[in-house]
Amino acid sequence: MERKGRRRGGRAYSRKIKEAVHLLFFKRHRLPGARGWELRKELGPEFPEVLEALDTYLRDLDLKVTRVFDEPELVSGEPTREQLMEARYYITLRGTMTPKTAKMCGWRIDDIAGLAVAVAYLISKRGRAPRADVERILEEKLPGWRVDVNLDRYIREGYLGEDDKGNLYLDWRSRVEIDQKQLVSLILGFRK
Amino acid sequence: MRSREEEKLRERLRSVIELCRSVREAGLDPFSVDTDYVLSIIRKFFPRVRSLEDFCLDAEALKELSSVLEEQGNWIEHQSTSLYKDPFLIEKRIREMGAERLAEVFLRSWHPIVALEQISTTSLKNSMEYWKDLLPLDERWSREEPRVLETGRASLEEAIRLGFISERDFALELETLWAELRGRVGEEGKIRYWDFIGAETYEETLWRAFLTSFLVSYGYATLEVDPVKEEVYLLPYEEQREAQGPTKSIPIPVDYEEWRRWREREGGGEGEPTQGR
Repeated sequence: MERKGRRRGGRAYSRKIKEAVHLLFFKRHRLPGARGWELRKELGPEFPEVLEALDTYLRDLDLKVTRVFDEPELVSGEPTREQLMEARYYITLRGTMTPKTAKMCGWRIDDIAGLAVAVAYLISKRGRAPRADVERILEEKLPGWRVDVNLDRYIREGYLGEDDKGNLYLDWRSRVEIDQKQLVSLILGFRK
Repeated sequence: MRSREEEKLRERLRSVIELCRSVREAGLDPFSVDTDYVLSIIRKFFPRVRSLEDFCLDAEALKELSSVLEEQGNWIEHQSTSLYKDPFLIEKRIREMGAERLAEVFLRSWHPIVALEQISTTSLKNSMEYWKDLLPLDERWSREEPRVLETGRASLEEAIRLGFISERDFALELETLWAELRGRVGEEGKIRYWDFIGAETYEETLWRAFLTSFLVSYGYATLEVDPVKEEVYLLPYEEQREAQGPTKSIPIPVDYEEWRRWREREGGGEGEPTQGR
């Protein structure tokens, strides 16, 4: 019932939904997606409703509209208008990928495991830790020569960032793509 | 005079400031700082504060310590949230899990971005032009066999025509121009740049501007820029001078339009174009 209502709402925004698709699917800047203020400029002040309607359409395709705040820790409860304007919106996979699909996208099992280790380790350190510490824990999972190569790849692809003091942190792509709570819960729930 | 003990205390205070700062800046575990120890050092140092420098050091230590305490507060706050999980336990689990299992849990938490890269009209146009100018593969990959060429002699005129040697003796021309510059400056010892390089033809003007740039670079003359009148003057030296201190480049455009305006001002009209050099 609720779904039908949403569909009706979607029809009312049909032109704007198409515009939102163009804005969010096609990469126009260095990073994919669009900021809230960009969407407001193109779609008008009701852009959150347009995105909600688009999200309903995307559900059948196993996709969704994801909203990410620059400083999520500052957003408690309902985000303010300013936070909504500064937030970045992306289209992401709603469900998850199978190992087979991930391999076809160019990710080896080792690479994914390495990323899982690095991200989980950084989450446990509140999002930031010296690179040497991350390398040390990765060396237990990957051959030595691949540790550096893999870390550089994670940095290049936007999952990790490195500051000038040699500390690694979770970068924009980790915030968008990884359900951090879920990852940590699954790791902690592991039993031998 | 500072006692040895005071100096030692000062050194300790500096090192705890550095420790607090590094923990704060690197976002490391703030509980790794022993705040009681830092406080004891500050307490010992405070009664011996004598100079402004010591006072600043003491204040800095207090500031850094309070930053660490603030971080500890944030850390505790984070531990009370649902996202906090014991780091030790996470590390232990990571060590226990195999690569395949780690990849599996990651894939269950991973929702990759969907985005399309597209080519712009400009890139498409550039690519087409590149493609159009690209030689066929058989031409690009064809091996150039060494060719035997007949040697011969070229006359001086031919060498000049082909541009291998200059028609003019560069050093001699430079000398002549330097002498001309010294002769043309008035009592002020300087001449407007355009009045000196300007000639009947645009090509000759370019040649004089080219030579003049060497006069300045080699230390036979210098440039003076009047920013108010937007004028550039040339000042010759009587003898070649070594550059004193750092040198700088002054770009002066000598374009055709500027030359035409100069000719009109001089009342000479547009000169006959001559063969370029």
